[in-house]
Amino acid sequence: MNKAIITVVGRDTVGIIAKVCTYLSENDVNVLDISQTIIDGFFNMMMIVDYANTSKDFGTIVDDLEGLGDQIGVRIRCQREEIFTQMHRI
Amino acid sequence: MLNIMEVHETNKMIEQEKLDVRTITMGISLLDCVTDDVDKLCDNIYTKITTKAHDLVKTGKDIERDFGIPIVNKRITVTPISLVAAGACTTIDDYVQVAHSLDRAAKQVGVDLIGGFSALVSKSMTPAEELLIRSLPQVLAETDIVCSSVNVGSTKTGIDMNAVNLMGHIIKDVSTATADNDSYGCVKLVVFCNAPDDNPFMAGGFHGVTEGDAVINVGVSGPGVVSKALDAARGKDFEFLCQTIKHTAFKITRVGQLVAQEASHRLNVPFGIVDLSLAPTSAAGDSVGEVLEKCGLSQVGGPGTTAALAMLNDQVKKGGIMASSYVGGLSGAFIPVSEDKNMIDAVAAGNLRIEKLEAMTCVCSVGLDMIAIPGDTSASTISGMIADEAAIGMVNQKTTAVRVIPVAGKGVGDSAEFGGLMGYAPIMPVNTSSCEEFVNRGGRIPAPIHSFKN
Repeated sequence: MNKAIITVVGRDTVGIIAKVCTYLSENDVNVLDISQTIIDGFFNMMMIVDYANTSKDFGTIVDDLEGLGDQIGVRIRCQREEIFTQMHRI
Repeated sequence: MLNIMEVHETNKMIEQEKLDVRTITMGISLLDCVTDDVDKLCDNIYTKITTKAHDLVKTGKDIERDFGIPIVNKRITVTPISLVAAGACTTIDDYVQVAHSLDRAAKQVGVDLIGGFSALVSKSMTPAEELLIRSLPQVLAETDIVCSSVNVGSTKTGIDMNAVNLMGHIIKDVSTATADNDSYGCVKLVVFCNAPDDNPFMAGGFHGVTEGDAVINVGVSGPGVVSKALDAARGKDFEFLCQTIKHTAFKITRVGQLVAQEASHRLNVPFGIVDLSLAPTSAAGDSVGEVLEKCGLSQVGGPGTTAALAMLNDQVKKGGIMASSYVGGLSGAFIPVSEDKNMIDAVAAGNLRIEKLEAMTCVCSVGLDMIAIPGDTSASTISGMIADEAAIGMVNQKTTAVRVIPVAGKGVGDSAEFGGLMGYAPIMPVNTSSCEEFVNRGGRIPAPIHSFKN
């Protein structure tokens, strides 16, 4: 399993999760967990995904999701999970 | 499983508090390039660097994208050139030729800076080392990204005062040779005492002779993150303050460790060390001076500054050391004046003086760093400043350094612009009472009594 964290930050609009999930589904990226909250007045969504089966290069997924965010008007980041686990888990 | 607040905290550090990895530095040994023909030497050096570091910049950018963490610089350090070139270089022009090949190789692989045009003369200079030092004005004027360092003392050897004396003159000559550019050449030259072999930061980085063929060292940063965390410590006691700094340093260093391991794995080059330094930039909110002010000082440079810095330096180490499997380099808080907005402001306000900076260097990881001084400062005064810093390093068994820039044609009241990460600096006044007789004595200052531990 290769885990990554996708975060979406911005103004809440209809269909954000649908569009992200459609892209992930088309590229064989499996969603393991989704959570969302409001932080500092902004919509925050976090997905934990497994990208082990995708045929795309991880960097391409990062760029594609960023582009998708630009279309929707939100900031979408996709980062390998280790940067978070290293910082928050011993 | 990770929760959304933890993920948010990390990304806030990156996006709003300027958390970055300051540098991935590949150390490359050039000892196997040695030959007695200077043209052949230059070819060997160029080939070795462009082969070993071929994928360094691309790998750095890939890691940046995959983890979403900026890696500001990709750099190279090499074996001190005075050792590599001793058999081939018989003139200053020969050393300049070698420097050009380093410059070309570094540009070919796309790194920001290359360090190691260096001489280690802590006890005495060989003719080759002296020749390298004398080539520095031309080398630093003609090359763009070659950095140089000279180690003039150590706790075990004492201080080579002949080298200290020479370096005062050389710094003046470098200043004149790069006068059109606010004496920028001096920005690329550091004079050390107790120089570490594995420093990933510039301009003082070189690949020590105790190192292997190639190594990956990483320098972390993050004064902005520490500063932000200290907002929660306002009005609290020192125990709370120290715990906050330690926790933050731990988190920052874990990112450095991750990047170092990943770079090492992808490049198939052994991981060396993580350098735990808090390295500021002149951007607002990325300042060590600001961290000290959040500890409770109205402005960095006033009474209490040395104690605050001592505490900060110690807590950064205590927090960081458990976060990494190997810690090395300089590891502490940096205080480069021109690269730190709050220090620049304190100098402009008259609250931060060279004498206070000297005291601060007793308790942090570096020395008098990125300080612009009047262009008419005498060579002997600069040598005196170097001797003072070297003495602090020698006696306290720590690294100290001097990177002062006598800005040609400028004086107190003017300011110098170095650009990019190097920042800008108001010219600081220097005590000009003469030390000429002292620095001209010749010979060396013996090692201190506590160095005899065998």
